[in-house]
Amino acid sequence: MHTALEPPKGVWWKPAGRAEKLWVGIAFGWCLVLFAMMPLWHLKGEQNTTGIRRKVEPEAFQARTIEFIQQYQIGTEKGIPVVEPPPGSDVYLLARMWNWVPILKLQKGAEYTLHLSSMDLNHGFNLYPMNINLQVVPDYDYALRIVPGEAGDLRIVCNEFCGIGHHTMIGKLIVVDESAETVTYGGGER
Amino acid sequence: MSTAFRTCPVTRLKVHSQADALIKANAVAATIFLIVGGIAAFLVLLTRWQVVHLLDAAWFYRMLTIHGMSMLIFFILFFEMAVLYFAGPVVLSSRVPAPRIGWLSFVVMAIGALTVEWAMWTGRADVMFSSYVPLKAHWSYYLGVILFAVGALTVVGLFFASLVVAKRERTYEGSIPLVTFGALTAAIIAVVTLGHGAAIYIPTFLWSIGVMHVDPAVYRLVFWGLGHSAQQINLGAMVALWYMLGALTVGAVVLNEKISRSAFVLYILFINMAAAHHLLVDPVAGPAWKVWNTSYAMYLAVLASMVHGFTIPAGIEVGQRLRGVTQGMFGWLRKAPWGDPGFSSLIFSIVIFGFVGGITGVTFGTEQINLIAHNTLRIPGHFHATVVGGTALAFMGATYYLIPLIFRKQVAFWPLAKIQPYVFAFGMLVFTMAMTFAGTFGVPRRHWDITFSNTSFDLQYSPAVDLVIGIMAVGGLIAALGGAMYVLVTVWSVFFGRRFDLETVKTGGQI
Repeated sequence: MHTALEPPKGVWWKPAGRAEKLWVGIAFGWCLVLFAMMPLWHLKGEQNTTGIRRKVEPEAFQARTIEFIQQYQIGTEKGIPVVEPPPGSDVYLLARMWNWVPILKLQKGAEYTLHLSSMDLNHGFNLYPMNINLQVVPDYDYALRIVPGEAGDLRIVCNEFCGIGHHTMIGKLIVVDESAETVTYGGGER
Repeated sequence: MSTAFRTCPVTRLKVHSQADALIKANAVAATIFLIVGGIAAFLVLLTRWQVVHLLDAAWFYRMLTIHGMSMLIFFILFFEMAVLYFAGPVVLSSRVPAPRIGWLSFVVMAIGALTVEWAMWTGRADVMFSSYVPLKAHWSYYLGVILFAVGALTVVGLFFASLVVAKRERTYEGSIPLVTFGALTAAIIAVVTLGHGAAIYIPTFLWSIGVMHVDPAVYRLVFWGLGHSAQQINLGAMVALWYMLGALTVGAVVLNEKISRSAFVLYILFINMAAAHHLLVDPVAGPAWKVWNTSYAMYLAVLASMVHGFTIPAGIEVGQRLRGVTQGMFGWLRKAPWGDPGFSSLIFSIVIFGFVGGITGVTFGTEQINLIAHNTLRIPGHFHATVVGGTALAFMGATYYLIPLIFRKQVAFWPLAKIQPYVFAFGMLVFTMAMTFAGTFGVPRRHWDITFSNTSFDLQYSPAVDLVIGIMAVGGLIAALGGAMYVLVTVWSVFFGRRFDLETVKTGGQI
C-alpha cells in the first residue's frame, strides 16, 4: 500500500476491492435513477421551462408591447398601464431599468402565452409568492404557456443585477378568480 | 543544478529552490486577495442583514463585485498556481523548468488582478462577477481579466512541462502520484476553461471599446463555460489536496489507483457540459439540450465526486489501521488526529462539499427545481458550500502543511490554529444552510433591499425570512471570525514565525 504522494510502481490497473466495487455500483445505480427521472419528469411534469424562443429586436418587442397595451388597457396604477387580455391570448411583459410593463390582469385557470423580453440589460423574473424564476435576456423573446393556478395580488421581483436601481425594480401581476365573484382586485386608480 | 535543491526532512522530497520561491509568492498573493475578498464579504453580509444594512446601494453592489472577483478568481487561482508548483516539481522531486517564465506569469497575473481591482474600486466595473453583456464595465476590467488568464494559462503550461522534465530526468520511478494526477486533471480543465475565457472576454473587451457586437445569450453560454468550469479547476485541485492531506495527516493509502484515477478522468470529460445548468431557465436553449447536458453529462461528473467521497475516507481508515489504530469499527475515526487542523479541515471540507454543496448542486441542475431556485439565495447558498466550505477550507488545511514544509516556519498561535477549522466550518455550515432556506422563500440574490422600502409596489416576505436571514448573518460572522483567525495564523507564521525546528535538527540541508 502507498499514499497518494508516492508514485505507484509497475502496473496499477488492478481490480478494485469488494467494498469499492459495491459503492461504485450503488453510486452508478443512483445516477441511472437520476438519468431516468430527468426526461421522465420533463414529459410528466407540468412546469417546464421550454417556451417558444425567438430572436427579437428590443424596439420591435417594445412596439408589440405598446400595441398590446393599447388593445387591452383597463386602467393605470402608479403610472403603469393595467392590462386585461382575454384568455388564450398572447400577453407581453417588458422588463426595463427599472420596472415591469404592464401590470397584467389574468384569469385563474385560463391559458395564456406570456412573452418576456428586455429593453436593455439582463433581468430576472421572480414571481412572488409562488417563487417562479426565469431569465429575461435582451434580444430574445421568451414565450411560455402559462396557466395561473392561484388568484392573488402578485409581485414580480427582478432578481438579476441590472444596475444601481436594481432593488427598486418590482412589478405587479393580478390573477382573478372569475368563478368567485366577490374578489375585487381592481386595477387601482382607473 | 546541484545546489538548487534541499531535501524536505519530513517527506524526504527534493525541493527545488525555485519551486519553493514560486509557491511562496503565489500563496502570499492568494492570501492578500483573500483578505480583500474577506473584508468585502464582511461588508456585504452586514448589508444583507437588514437589521444593520451597512452600505449604501452603490457600495453594496461594488463590494459584491469585489468580493466575487477577489475570492473566486484571484484568491483561488493564485492558490491553485501554488498547488501546481507543489504537485508538479515538489511531489516529483523535480526542478521547475524555465522558472523565469514562472515569474513572468506571476507578474502578468498580478498586473491583471490589480487592474481589475482598480477598475472595481474606482466604480468603473459595477458589473458583478458574471458581468452579463450588455451591462458594461470599463475596458480595463476586461483587459485585466484577460491578462490574469494569460498568466494562469502560462503557469498551467509550465506545470505540463514540469511533468515532461521530471519524466525525462527520471526523478521518480513508476507513474506520477495520485496527487499529481489530480492536479493534472485540474490543469487540463483549466486549459478548457481559460479557452472559454479567451473566447468570451476578448470579444467583450472589443465590445467595450466599441469595435464589435456581443450577443447577450451567447455571452451567457460561453461565459459559463468559463465561470462554471473554473469551479471544476477548484474541484480537481481540492480533491487532489484531499488525497494529499489524507496522506500527510494520517498516512492514508490509495485503495485502488484505477478507481481514483478514472474518477478524475470523468471530471475532465463531463464537467464542462454541466455548465449548461446555468441556462436552464434561459430563453434560448431547447429542452433536449438542457436535459442532455445537465443530466447525462452532469451525473457522470457527480459520480466521480461520489467515488472520491468513498475512496478518501476509506483510504484514511485503511491508513489508520495500518498504523495500528484498529479498535472497533470506528476507532480509526475516533482516534484520528482531530487536533491537527490539516485533518479537521480535510474532514469538514469533504462533509460540507459533499452533503451541502453537492446535494444542492445536483438538485438545482434539474429543469423544474431550477425554476424555483434560479437567482434566489439558494444559489449562493449552494456555491458557498462548495467553494468556501469545500475548496477554501481544503486550501486552509493544506496551508497548515505548506507553512512548515515550504515556508519552513512553525505555525504560530497553535491553539488558535487547532480550533480554526472548527470555527470556520461551523460558521459556513450555518451560513450556507440558512442562505439556502432563505432562497426557498424566493429571496433574491444580489439584492440591496429585500424590504422594498422605496418601491412602487410593496412586498413583505414572511417573518420567517427575517429569522433565517438573521441566522445567516450569525453563521457568516462566525465564518468571518474563522477566516480572520486563519489570516492571523498564516500571516504571523510566515512573516514573524520561528523557523521550523525539525529541519535545523535533522537536515542534511543542501544536496
